[in-house]
Amino acid sequence: MAEERRQKQCSVVLPTESMKAMAESVGVGQLQEESCVALSEEVSYRIKEIAQDALKFMHHGKRRKLTTSDIDNALKLKNVEPLYGFQSQEFIPFRFASGGGRELHFYEEKEVDLSDIINTPLPRVPLDVSLKAHWLSIEGVQPAIPENPPPAPKEQQKTESTEPLKLVKPGQEEESTIQGKNQGATAADGKGQYLEKGLMRLKPRSTHELSVEQQLYYKEITEACVGSCEAKRAEALQSIATDPGLYQMLPRFSTFISEGVRVNVVQNNLALLIYLMRMVKALMDNPTLYLEKYLHELIPAVVTCIVSKQLCLRPDVDNHWALRDFAARLMAQSCKTFSTTTNNIQSRITKTFTKSWLDDKTQWTTRYGCIAGLSELGPDVIKTLILPRLAVEGARIKAVMEGPVVSNIDKIGADHVQSLLLKHCASVIAKTRPLPDNVEQYRTDYGYLGPMLCSHVVKARTQAALQAQQVNRTTLTITQPRPTLSVSQSGLSGSGGPRTPSIIKVPSSLTLMSPRPGTPSQPSPPATKYIVMATSAGAASTQQFKFILCTFWCYDIFLIHSGGKKSFLHHKLGNYLANFSYAVIYSCVRVPTPQLLPPHCLICTAFCPCTNRLYGCFIQHLL
Amino acid sequence: MAAVQGGLIDTEEEKDIKTEPANDGCGNNNNNNTANDGRLLNASPGSISSGGSNKPATGALEDQQTLLAVLQFLKKNNLSESVEILRREAGLSEDTEDSKGLDSSGAGSGGAAGNVDSESGDANSLLSRVSVSSSAVSASAVQAPSKAGAGEDQPDVNVVLSAYSQQGDPALYDVYYSSLKKFIESVLDCHRAELSQVFYPLFVHMYLELVYNNHENEAKAFFEKFSGDQECYYEDDLRVLSGMTKKEHMRGNETLLDFRTSKFVLRISRDSYQLLKRHLQERQNNQIWNIIQEHLYIDIFDGMPRSKSQIDAMSGSLAGEAKREANKAKVFYGLLKEPEIEVPLDDEDEEAENEEGKPKKKKPKKDSMGSKSKKQDPNAPSQNRIPLPELKDSDKLDKIMYMKEATKRIRLGPDTLPSICFYSFLNAYQGLTAVDVTDDSSLIAGGFADSTVRVWSVTPKKLRKVKSAADLSLIDKESDDVLERIMDEKTASESKILYGHSGPVYGISFSPDRNYLLSSSEDGTVRLWSLQTFTCLVGYKGHNYPVWDTQFSPYGYYFVSGGHDRVARLWATDHYQPLRMFSGHLADITCTRFHPNSNYVATGSSDRTIRLWDVLNGNCVRIFTGHKGPIHALAFSPNGKFLASGATDGRVLLWDIGHGLMIGELKGHTDTIYSLKFSRDGEILASGSMDNTVRLWDAMKAFDDLETDDFTAATGHIHLPENSQELLLGTYMSKSTPVVHLHFTRRNLLLAAGAYNP
Repeated sequence: MAEERRQKQCSVVLPTESMKAMAESVGVGQLQEESCVALSEEVSYRIKEIAQDALKFMHHGKRRKLTTSDIDNALKLKNVEPLYGFQSQEFIPFRFASGGGRELHFYEEKEVDLSDIINTPLPRVPLDVSLKAHWLSIEGVQPAIPENPPPAPKEQQKTESTEPLKLVKPGQEEESTIQGKNQGATAADGKGQYLEKGLMRLKPRSTHELSVEQQLYYKEITEACVGSCEAKRAEALQSIATDPGLYQMLPRFSTFISEGVRVNVVQNNLALLIYLMRMVKALMDNPTLYLEKYLHELIPAVVTCIVSKQLCLRPDVDNHWALRDFAARLMAQSCKTFSTTTNNIQSRITKTFTKSWLDDKTQWTTRYGCIAGLSELGPDVIKTLILPRLAVEGARIKAVMEGPVVSNIDKIGADHVQSLLLKHCASVIAKTRPLPDNVEQYRTDYGYLGPMLCSHVVKARTQAALQAQQVNRTTLTITQPRPTLSVSQSGLSGSGGPRTPSIIKVPSSLTLMSPRPGTPSQPSPPATKYIVMATSAGAASTQQFKFILCTFWCYDIFLIHSGGKKSFLHHKLGNYLANFSYAVIYSCVRVPTPQLLPPHCLICTAFCPCTNRLYGCFIQHLL
Repeated sequence: MAAVQGGLIDTEEEKDIKTEPANDGCGNNNNNNTANDGRLLNASPGSISSGGSNKPATGALEDQQTLLAVLQFLKKNNLSESVEILRREAGLSEDTEDSKGLDSSGAGSGGAAGNVDSESGDANSLLSRVSVSSSAVSASAVQAPSKAGAGEDQPDVNVVLSAYSQQGDPALYDVYYSSLKKFIESVLDCHRAELSQVFYPLFVHMYLELVYNNHENEAKAFFEKFSGDQECYYEDDLRVLSGMTKKEHMRGNETLLDFRTSKFVLRISRDSYQLLKRHLQERQNNQIWNIIQEHLYIDIFDGMPRSKSQIDAMSGSLAGEAKREANKAKVFYGLLKEPEIEVPLDDEDEEAENEEGKPKKKKPKKDSMGSKSKKQDPNAPSQNRIPLPELKDSDKLDKIMYMKEATKRIRLGPDTLPSICFYSFLNAYQGLTAVDVTDDSSLIAGGFADSTVRVWSVTPKKLRKVKSAADLSLIDKESDDVLERIMDEKTASESKILYGHSGPVYGISFSPDRNYLLSSSEDGTVRLWSLQTFTCLVGYKGHNYPVWDTQFSPYGYYFVSGGHDRVARLWATDHYQPLRMFSGHLADITCTRFHPNSNYVATGSSDRTIRLWDVLNGNCVRIFTGHKGPIHALAFSPNGKFLASGATDGRVLLWDIGHGLMIGELKGHTDTIYSLKFSRDGEILASGSMDNTVRLWDAMKAFDDLETDDFTAATGHIHLPENSQELLLGTYMSKSTPVVHLHFTRRNLLLAAGAYNP
């Protein structure tokens, strides 16, 4: 025991200058050096004595922190009048000052204007002490409820996955207590069994048997996550993101997600893929879970959603781009969290993306995914990997856009890749490239994309300046607790990053998707009947937010009233609107017959927290 | 060397001043006595007591002392002839004369060595010298309680301190100590561990001597050099010592007084002791030898030296281990016979239970319980050893309720762990200082740092006050439900606040009948509150310093309190003055517990010992050492045989009260243990700690494994099995809520309580 770490016994004595300062403060001008030394030794000793007594009060007060009241009580013990007016709950706001060769710690007391105190409203009364009961353990097993700490703390999950052979630290052997009932399992873990050194080196076996409640929960959650009811899904995702007791179910969830992606990619079921990615996000958001052990299942699933050639039935119409963006963001997040020198996730992922991007035969969709995945990894990656290839990529886009007959799908793909490149590269260039922004210079540097890039950079620069200006402007931000996947401006020609929430932008133009190259089975939208227009909600609120129109809504609404295939419609709505809250879809469906609508009628609104915008859909009845 | 000798003489002289009143010896005339008196005093009774019979010795001792005193007086006045005559007539031995001559001449090989010579180096007589002088000192310690309130109770500090006036060459202390260190490091392994025990007390006393004699720099250097060698569990004391660098500081320092007034007790095997003695004699290391003689009590035993782990298990207290004799007294640890109460079986509950289909199981159980209580336990005290209050009708009803509940009790074990219900105090702002739960688990009380006591009802039944006198006069006193009518429904609430203390409330305890509540506070009072009127009934003043803990006797009426003044007091609710005062602890009494049979009281202290006191006569019947930090939790097993204790060192120790032995050590907690509780049948021990965990231990196994053979019982050499991990049945972490209190309901559901500190 003696060799245990021992604290250095300190024999610190207050400096004699303090004595002088104190003497001066009570009016004793000249204090001799010897008196100062004697005083300081005496005072230091008394202070230590009082501190030691105060510790007793702390222990009996069942606290870890020494408070001023402990000192007061210790003073009382010595029959010394305690100090009054030094009540401080948490910390003592001593300030430090030096000057004139002196160093002082002092207690800052501001002058308070009494009228200020009188005029300020009374603060909230602190809550009274109350008693709350919960189950810490039920017949030896700790229930996973929010009142209890998570069964396996995140640090422990981390050490388990990164250093599986390391001993479980004392005070953290929850695992062993869970297994306390199955006696056989306890031998492998626990800390004190140095007799069985060989056994101890084994990785602790963890039970993965789920209780009936857990099985039910798992069933409910997975069903809700991929079901049709958006409210339930939101609830389920919320539960995944916050519940502390999911550690045991984590392997199931990860398998569910990876299998789900595998199946739905083949079936091109975009909606389900989106739901599954949202599950991944929720799992990653859960502060009590450490996903490292399950990345081998999750990463392939996420990467699939980024780079798969086809993710939906109709690549020309469906907004699979949003899914790719979202998944790319997830990927970047997990790289940030879990990349270590041993697993090298980030570099491996980067290599994968780069390799398929560099391949000439890669489809535009995959190309888009690769670029999105890379650019989410941060400005450094953009700078080193994407910027040098801008010219090459620009040439490729040019070939599609201006070249001879190509399929429409390629054109859309190229268009998206172009806007993606512009979006990500512009912000990086704006930060790194010195002024001035010369179009010709850009063209020589970046080729075909140069001029567009130039204008984007200029825009980005002005925005940055504007942003700096507008810091003080009051902005209304509506926050919503659940982050949801955003299908951002699919129909709009991208005008800068949608993820700069404080900047309000008016879409420069509205490109209607219809008339689209319709497949024969679909009724073509009678554009004459309804005009969808973007309108601001009212004069007062124009400063705060704009309604941004999503053209396809109109089309779908039309379908409702034209008695189109409802099931199909519903499915499509789900696809398009997966990012919006559930209310949107249903309010769309619940639109009364067009004839009952007044001329300017707001039929639905949706708030997208990712872009911090309110989307609205207006229908003007022309008849 | 002469200087050393002189110092030695002074010491002896001073000690006599202190010891003689205790021995009823000579009068006032020997204040200026010369040295030899003390030496004689030590030597002569020593030879007698080594003979074994103490009673005749005392008489002879007193005579001799008187004679010696007269002799001295004569000598002082240079009446040498009278001296001669008296000596001849009294027939004082040549031995004493010799030693006297040696001492007074101040020459030769130093007092101690000379004395040893005169006793022909016999270890027995050495031992007896040591033990006798210790008894003298301990007598003085008892006589002067170290810190009992007002100034006149304080021992004369100067007298105590002057023992250190010994003068030696300060520079040599270093040499002495390191030569001893070298020696001990060079001895055989089996002796090294035992002899190493000497280091700490020697270190402390040498340091204090240096400080007392104003060798500040030498003291600091000495401390710097050797403090690192000491066992880590003395760290707290070393920290206190390190601050003390001036003679003035020693005045009024309690830690110092503890060291001086009580001898540090060491247990060393005869072989090791001989080794040490021989070494010191060879080296003429008088300085150290004197300290060993004066400040240490060496308890020598025959047999194998103990191992390092055995020593570590028992050491750690402020004053070394307990003497073996201290734990020899008989303790009646059995339970009292329960009064026989007819349990009405025709109750509705019972019928309902019967319908549920286990009537067979219950009946034999009840019979067995009855028969058990009829038999008189040989270890139990007689029923009226301590007068206990008569059972009231309401108590009988409660007993019936208790027995009914007991039949529904879950039998716990390693396979059936209890459920734990956690009561969190929210918004307590770090202010919760004490919690108690009534035996029937219907009420919870909390003591707070803001001087309030709050009582909650955890059942749907709200807390009701008795109506005011004016309203009471309106009630029809003849009606059947008069007891209901006197309660005020209007002010009924789930919790009530009791105001009265003027400092943080550190201890709280419900009376067994749930009519009263006790609270002890920093303001030095213990208050008795009525739970009928929710007002304070009595403030018991006696402790002048903070009262750290208080507890009601399991039979009510009596209660015990203990606090910073190091004295535990036994009170009866209807007396405003304590019935018994238990003094002996060397530092604050931090927790107090009644034995289930109400005949004993256990107190835990900051001096890292646990003492068991007999309520009947106020004697200390057990001293348990082994904790390495202040003890903050105690719990008796329901059968009264065992005691569990928890301390700031995070360990739970288990004690066999009958044999006075440590029988187990439960390691696992990482912070102070504030609460311990045995399950109702004693199978499970629950511990709650500052580290936010509740841990469950297999108490049955811990007690079963125990082997109390005669050897262990006789020598007190324990060998603890390292089985904490096997005994640990469960660890339950709360969310940043230190566990302040634990309670098993009558059906063995575990309740835990603490304040949530977000």
